[in-house]
Amino acid sequence: MSEAKAFLRVGGFVAVARFFVEAVGTVGVAFLEEAGRIVTLIYQTLRWSIRRPFDVRNILRQCEAIGVNSIPVILITAVFTGMVLAYQSYTGFKRFNAESLVGTVVALSMTRELGPVLTALVLAGRAGAAMAAELGTMKVTEQIDALLTLATNPVKYLIAPRFLATVIMLPALTVVADLLGIIGGYFVGVNVLDANPTVYIRRTTEYLKVDDIVNGLIKAAVFGGIIAIVSCDRGFYTEGGAEGVGKATMSAVVLSMMLILISNYFLNTVLF
Amino acid sequence: MGEEPKIKLVDVHKAFGAKVVLKGVNLAIRSGESMVVIGGSGTGKSVLIKHMIGLLRPDRGRVFVDGVEVEELDESGLVELRKKFGMLFQGAALFDSLTVWENVGFGLKRHMKLRDADIKGIAVEKLRMVGLRNVEDLMPSALSGGMRKRVGLARAIAMDPEIILYDEPTTGLDPIMADVINDLIIKLREEIHATSVAITHDMVSAYKIADRIAMLYQGEIQAVGTPDEIRGCDNPIVQQFIHGRAVGPIRVDV
Ligand SMILES: Nc1ncnc2c1ncn2[C@@H]1O[C@H](COP(=O)(O)OP(=O)(O)OP(=O)(O)O)[C@@H](O)[C@H]1O
Ligand SMILES: [Mg+2]
Repeated sequence: MSEAKAFLRVGGFVAVARFFVEAVGTVGVAFLEEAGRIVTLIYQTLRWSIRRPFDVRNILRQCEAIGVNSIPVILITAVFTGMVLAYQSYTGFKRFNAESLVGTVVALSMTRELGPVLTALVLAGRAGAAMAAELGTMKVTEQIDALLTLATNPVKYLIAPRFLATVIMLPALTVVADLLGIIGGYFVGVNVLDANPTVYIRRTTEYLKVDDIVNGLIKAAVFGGIIAIVSCDRGFYTEGGAEGVGKATMSAVVLSMMLILISNYFLNTVLF
Repeated sequence: MGEEPKIKLVDVHKAFGAKVVLKGVNLAIRSGESMVVIGGSGTGKSVLIKHMIGLLRPDRGRVFVDGVEVEELDESGLVELRKKFGMLFQGAALFDSLTVWENVGFGLKRHMKLRDADIKGIAVEKLRMVGLRNVEDLMPSALSGGMRKRVGLARAIAMDPEIILYDEPTTGLDPIMADVINDLIIKLREEIHATSVAITHDMVSAYKIADRIAMLYQGEIQAVGTPDEIRGCDNPIVQQFIHGRAVGPIRVDV
């Protein structure tokens, strides 16, 4: 190989390496900026959320929008999940004659895992999308600027009530989901799989500890915080008209769901 | 001279990414004065007034309100500063989840200890001032563009602010209603001695409400003066603009 060729090759290599370093740098900076923004937002939100006087009317209105209106979806999700869970565990457990444990499996799965996670995923799609779209629209139509000119802090007025409402309502809805899932499981267990009702109920309560329920609810509250912060952040920093609102909404839902599933794993290692 | 200007912009630069909008704007607005800013579409007039109330921060240069530099204020300082202002947005920016009277009374509700009934009373009165009746219980989505603009105006003046920023107060209104609004702006200046900055394309309105007119072009203030001075100004850019001619030093790409 001639010297010139080798030189070109090294030059090319350096150029490529430089390109990668720069690309990583750009992405890295963008990531750090975003991370910094979110940390600031979390801090501001927590600060305004605990500051008196509470905007009770606004919080209740958000609770209604986020929580009460989600009940039908939660109902269907939880009941059918409980039902299918009873079926599947029955099929599996029958292979080693443990079908009497169906009630236990349903109760533990619902309270520890499926109740909080499914409720959170449903709420990310429903409430998270609504929050991102509403705040995003307010951003692009200058309503957030208008709030500022009226000497009103948008974190306090818009984000804190949504954050509180989501953190309160997600555990509340999880309780509903836990119950409905267990009822769905009972229905299939007793009516379809011919389990003895008394035994099924005993198996359900026997191994269920208060900790299972409580830790499930703690997870739910954290998921609620994730949904509110991610969705409000996306809405708040929306750019670019109706298209921007669409993008903000989509990324709020996707990011919330991802973070819920990932943080679920780490919360489990801490809590259970 | 001698008296401190209410609002002062010194060498204000602003760019969005590669798009340079303001290239060193200098402008001083006296207390109690009515300043009108004119200039072509997209020249940065809205960007300019957003600097006055701290919605945008200059990349370079300084903005003073009552002698205080806006950039140096912390969060609570900025809140106090904004309480002096009322602002009408170009697109009205009404809160679409609140009724008309809740929009108008928003500042009152947040900053004054008043009962809802009293706030509504004040809101209704302010709505009358902008020529609107029986709309207080409607949602903003039920209003026409011109009505929204006037609700935005009522909201801007609801707290009797010291400084009022109007972004195109008469755009989208019929000539008679536009004149009602012109009279209202004049009245607010005379009665509550509000300092005002209005953006407009409407030269009739500009001549009528302005103590002084400033023209923004290519990121700089080209000329400032009383309406008579502006009319007699020999700057060809200003002449072309105030007479609305397509041919001249201002190039319009079609
Ligand atoms: N937030 C922003 N991000 C990016 N660019 C912006 C932003 N705000 C304004 N601009 C750009 O700055 C320029 C000036 O905008 P501005 O709204 O101030 O114009 P204007 O003089 O008020 O025009 P008009 O008379 O049409 O209202 C425009 O080119 C606009 O695209
Ligand atoms: Mg404008």
